[in-house]
Amino acid sequence: METRPNSECRILVCQSTGCESSKSDKITQALENQIKELGLSKNVEVKFTGCHGFCQQGPIVIVEPEGVFYTQVKEADVPEILKSHILEGKYVERLFYHNPVTGEAIPLYKDVPFYCRQQRLILRNCGHINPEIIEDYLATGGYTALRKAIFEMNPESIIEEITRSGLRGRGGAGFPTGKKWEEAYKAKEQPKYVVCNGDEGDPGAFMDRSVLEADPHSVLEGMAIAGYAVGTPYGYIYVRAEYPLAVKRLRMAIAQAKERNLMGNKIMGSEFSFDVEIMQGAGAFVCGEGSALMYSIEGKRGMPRVRPPRSVASGLWSKPTSLNNVKTYATVPLIINRGADWFSSIGTEGSKGTAVFALTGKIANSGLIEVPMGTVLRQVVFDIGGGVQEGKKFKAVQTGGPSGGCLPETLLDLPIDFESLTKAGSMMGSGGMVVMDTDTCMVDLAQFFLKFCSNESCGKCVPCREGLPLMIDIMKKITQGEGEPDDIQRLINMGETIRSGSLCGLGTTAPNPVLSSIRYFEDEWKAHVIDKICPALVCRALINFYILPDKCAGCGICARACPVEAISGGKRMIHVIDQEKCIKCATCLEKCPDRFSAVVKVTGEHVTVPKEPVPVGTK
Amino acid sequence: MSRDLREQIREILAPFQGRNVVLIPALQAVQEKFGYLPEVAMEEIGRIADLSTNVVYGVASFYAQFRTTPIGKRHVAVCQGTACHVRGGARILEAIERALGIKAGETRPDLEYSLETVACIGACALAPTLRINEDTHGKLTTNEIEQLFPKTSKQEEKPNS
Repeated sequence: METRPNSECRILVCQSTGCESSKSDKITQALENQIKELGLSKNVEVKFTGCHGFCQQGPIVIVEPEGVFYTQVKEADVPEILKSHILEGKYVERLFYHNPVTGEAIPLYKDVPFYCRQQRLILRNCGHINPEIIEDYLATGGYTALRKAIFEMNPESIIEEITRSGLRGRGGAGFPTGKKWEEAYKAKEQPKYVVCNGDEGDPGAFMDRSVLEADPHSVLEGMAIAGYAVGTPYGYIYVRAEYPLAVKRLRMAIAQAKERNLMGNKIMGSEFSFDVEIMQGAGAFVCGEGSALMYSIEGKRGMPRVRPPRSVASGLWSKPTSLNNVKTYATVPLIINRGADWFSSIGTEGSKGTAVFALTGKIANSGLIEVPMGTVLRQVVFDIGGGVQEGKKFKAVQTGGPSGGCLPETLLDLPIDFESLTKAGSMMGSGGMVVMDTDTCMVDLAQFFLKFCSNESCGKCVPCREGLPLMIDIMKKITQGEGEPDDIQRLINMGETIRSGSLCGLGTTAPNPVLSSIRYFEDEWKAHVIDKICPALVCRALINFYILPDKCAGCGICARACPVEAISGGKRMIHVIDQEKCIKCATCLEKCPDRFSAVVKVTGEHVTVPKEPVPVGTK
Repeated sequence: MSRDLREQIREILAPFQGRNVVLIPALQAVQEKFGYLPEVAMEEIGRIADLSTNVVYGVASFYAQFRTTPIGKRHVAVCQGTACHVRGGARILEAIERALGIKAGETRPDLEYSLETVACIGACALAPTLRINEDTHGKLTTNEIEQLFPKTSKQEEKPNS
């Protein structure tokens, strides 16, 4: 074991936002220090990588060449990994990934169901290379596509290849990338710009962040190829300010690429020059919309404008601009290297290639996944995602971010592509996929999304600015048990008005969650409006907490924890909740010891309890 | 004091002079230094970007990132994104509001804590999450909130209890 050469044993530690917030940087440090102390530096290499995608199980450590996959690793586990696995060749079984359903331990990375059912093209390098070292990217064939584009192809043939591949924008709208490039290429005005949209504002989505953090060069290479095809040396990349690690790694990547003349003046000795400037967003969801994003780069308020003209004709500083998403650019080098035919063999008739999703919510395996277009939802949620958390029942899956739609169980066999999701009343969006179980109230959730979109409305179009708050008012009434029978129809009418009377993607899709929720979960809406109950036990005005007299042991834990002193009792007395004072924060339910489980949450029913505290045992 | 502040801001803004992309990066640079945007910063940025102060303010107030009031020593950002919402993020926020005695968007008078909500910090697998300054904390429960924000703050809020 001690004689194996350096390159053979590598310990990969994930150091992206997810794992790093679980202190994976400390693990890297501990590994490095202890390897030195053990005198193993010659034999074992520690390497940090970008996101593996399986954030739920983080921090993740992989030992190569065996490909052993350790999950939820702590700093304290480091001595055992080194002693047992590296020195004695015995794997540390307690850190293996366990199948949440069968409990079976799975030692190897390649066997984990979360990974083996994916097809990782855009995420090809994520988790396998160190994003802060350009040599790692070069070793995977990095920048060979740019070389091929510059020296073996011309703008026309590049655009033709991209068009033939069927690549569509990965930001959500699905506009054909080749067509966009062609229009920007044909535009006469100079200068032109290529811009990368990394303003991933959808709550519950972190695909672009992970790609930028784990494989920044793939995006830069794609942008340079676009620059060559469109005919411009100017690139901008717009990244959310909330993603400091992505910005840091992009900065390093640009500097390293310039040192090697893969970016900057006269790239690789050719006549083509290309440079990328990073622009940090400032926290406005609407800036994910193309024209707003460009205004934001110009230093203006990010308010979308009327189109046409489209940005390929008049974009950044009113010049021809080709704007693509992070994942679109990351795909481009693959198509150039492996050809349009290869790419178009993956996916469905209208949607080629793969789709990346951030799988979150009440799902067993949260994380970042990539599957061929056309994969059915059920496979994503159950085979890769491992089903619903804690064995609860699946209720809905939300795709397309805050302005997408909620799809019910009956649509689980829907193949995922641009057209099918839109037809079902949702959309592809940039790739958020949030799973809901029966504890999620669809009315409350729709209200949540609507509030988000209303907060983020730029205020330009009246239907969006004024209409969304009006819809929220109606929904507030409904969740408070004051809904009127025609409120549901009123919401549908208003939603359709806002949809048709707004300029940009935000306003035209903001009513989606409400409309799709009413379409698929009408019973739940009616329960709120007519029966005044919340079946998921979420809407506070419609639920009550009670302490069951035959279960309460009078321990007083709930009374001490209650933030509003709504619980009265005393030692060995059956405790009673003052329903007038109760704010329904559920603290008592959480604090009541499992062995008593005396607190219940109900909707639409009255539980008989004593009016005043009485001694435990009183009937 | 205010002259000092202006001097400091001019120093921060010096590298932006004459650049093409100015306004938002300049606002970000000032906020990074002070934690918020003092009024004189708007004037100074307007000067180098050749814009009136009210245009600068108009842009600053459009974006959620910018603040015109100081933040606390510990700035708490509670995620209210979708994944955090379905995993109980709203209740986590309420528990913190109770523990700190301030509402989201406010700063404690003693400048120890400030609290805000954010739409998503992108650590959805760890939902519900929050960030205190640069540190992200995930998989939160109300018990952990009590540990992160010890009782002292609650006692200040209710001296008689």
